[in-house]
Amino acid sequence: MTSAGNLATYNFAYLDEQTKRMIRRAILKAIAIPGYQVPFASREMPMPYGWGTGGVQVTASILGPDDTLKVIDQGADDTTNAVSIRAFFQKVANVKVTTKTGEATVIQTRHRIPEEPLTEGQVLVYQVPIPEPLRFLEPRETETRKMHALEEYGLMHVKLYEDIARNGHIATTYAYPVKVGERYVMDPSPIPKFDNPKMHRSQALQLFGAGREKRIYAIPPHTEVVSLDFEDYPFEIQKFEKPCALCGAENVYLDEVVLDDKGGRMFVCSDTDHCEDRRNAGHVGELGVAQTEAAE
Amino acid sequence: MALANASLDGGFQDAVFESQAVFRGLMDAMSRPGTIQTLETPAKAPGALSAAQSAILLCLADPDTSVWLSPSLYAQDALGWISFHSGAPVTHSMSNANFAFLGLGEALPDFLGFANGTQEYPDRSTTIIIELPALTGGQALVAAGPGIENEIDMSPSGLPDNFVRRWSANHGLFPRGVDLIFTCGSTVMCLPRSTQLKQREV
Ligand SMILES: [Zn+2]
Repeated sequence: MTSAGNLATYNFAYLDEQTKRMIRRAILKAIAIPGYQVPFASREMPMPYGWGTGGVQVTASILGPDDTLKVIDQGADDTTNAVSIRAFFQKVANVKVTTKTGEATVIQTRHRIPEEPLTEGQVLVYQVPIPEPLRFLEPRETETRKMHALEEYGLMHVKLYEDIARNGHIATTYAYPVKVGERYVMDPSPIPKFDNPKMHRSQALQLFGAGREKRIYAIPPHTEVVSLDFEDYPFEIQKFEKPCALCGAENVYLDEVVLDDKGGRMFVCSDTDHCEDRRNAGHVGELGVAQTEAAE
Repeated sequence: MALANASLDGGFQDAVFESQAVFRGLMDAMSRPGTIQTLETPAKAPGALSAAQSAILLCLADPDTSVWLSPSLYAQDALGWISFHSGAPVTHSMSNANFAFLGLGEALPDFLGFANGTQEYPDRSTTIIIELPALTGGQALVAAGPGIENEIDMSPSGLPDNFVRRWSANHGLFPRGVDLIFTCGSTVMCLPRSTQLKQREV
């Protein structure tokens, strides 16, 4: 990322007003047609594409002085990507920032949905690398657009069924395709399929921005989001054998952490804010230290 | 100088922050159909365009989008204001308009006369901004669909008696179709094409 000091003169939230208007028009259309990928004219941002320029442009177009922004990457607020994007918006929009899911009005994310259920009025902005769920089956944009137009999603089911034939189950664990509002098949970005059920009838507005491929799409609040599956092979989320080693949480998404070079490892919450909240509330996992002891 | 002074006033005082605030109100309204949102802005075009219509035009329209005005809104000072503050071209062709503005009390044109998008590009459609006498007190309607938890009651005043039938035809085109923004003074209510509407049963 270009250091913020080089952004000598910039508009509020970096983008010029004409670009914001264009993105805002695309966002309203995306909300009106849930799951449909609205093309937009993506702008160069002072960071490489892999850093979430689509999400950054969406966030920049909706953010105002009353917002509180949270940025997560793989569930954590303190990774380089999250820290850089947060610093960028503090610099160019002077917004309040937080790591607390409940305090944020806008949350920009890569690869996770927070464990704490989102509420009415919150906006979740996803960074999307490849917005087209049919792309790896059909490289031609004209063809995938036709498939969406005709609601012809047989190819997607064939791919999932081949998965079953090869592995005995659907092996796709990330970017697991969903159907939105009983109409469009949509790529939820590379979140673990564990998070897919959180999109279904969420109270929050969910916006997706793909910078390199120049697409914006949306899931309005309270919208049906169904993970594709088969009657004999129903959709299932990942299950973890043990609770979080630090806070004891069950039914959350865990990351593996290597402890030493002798094969020692533990599984901890990928959502660092959720884990911290639980530990502050007195929950202690197998390898965790009670917060009161730690403070002494 | 042909441009009347009235055309120079009534823009955003602070374009960056006012357009952001107006947009968030619109985004909330579009993602929660049937709810009433207030657009906080001092923007007001001369003539019959309401405060909310003026704010929406300034927030969304620019040289890249064309604007259609209904007969009661089509006046010299309004044209001057649109040109000066937004640069948006005003078109006589409903089917080419990105945004269509309808004045208070005017008959609702056939939705099929506007751009309805294509099956491949349903976003290439007209957003119609309709000024009404009130956003409550009219026919008792029930809305359902994306953005709505179960159902929501809505009763905008001044809609034609056959509105539910006409809206259902538009909804039936999904993903094609038009999106509506009802306005009254500085308040707005949205009806995206995804919303199903029926009469409240007595
Ligand atoms: Zn934990």
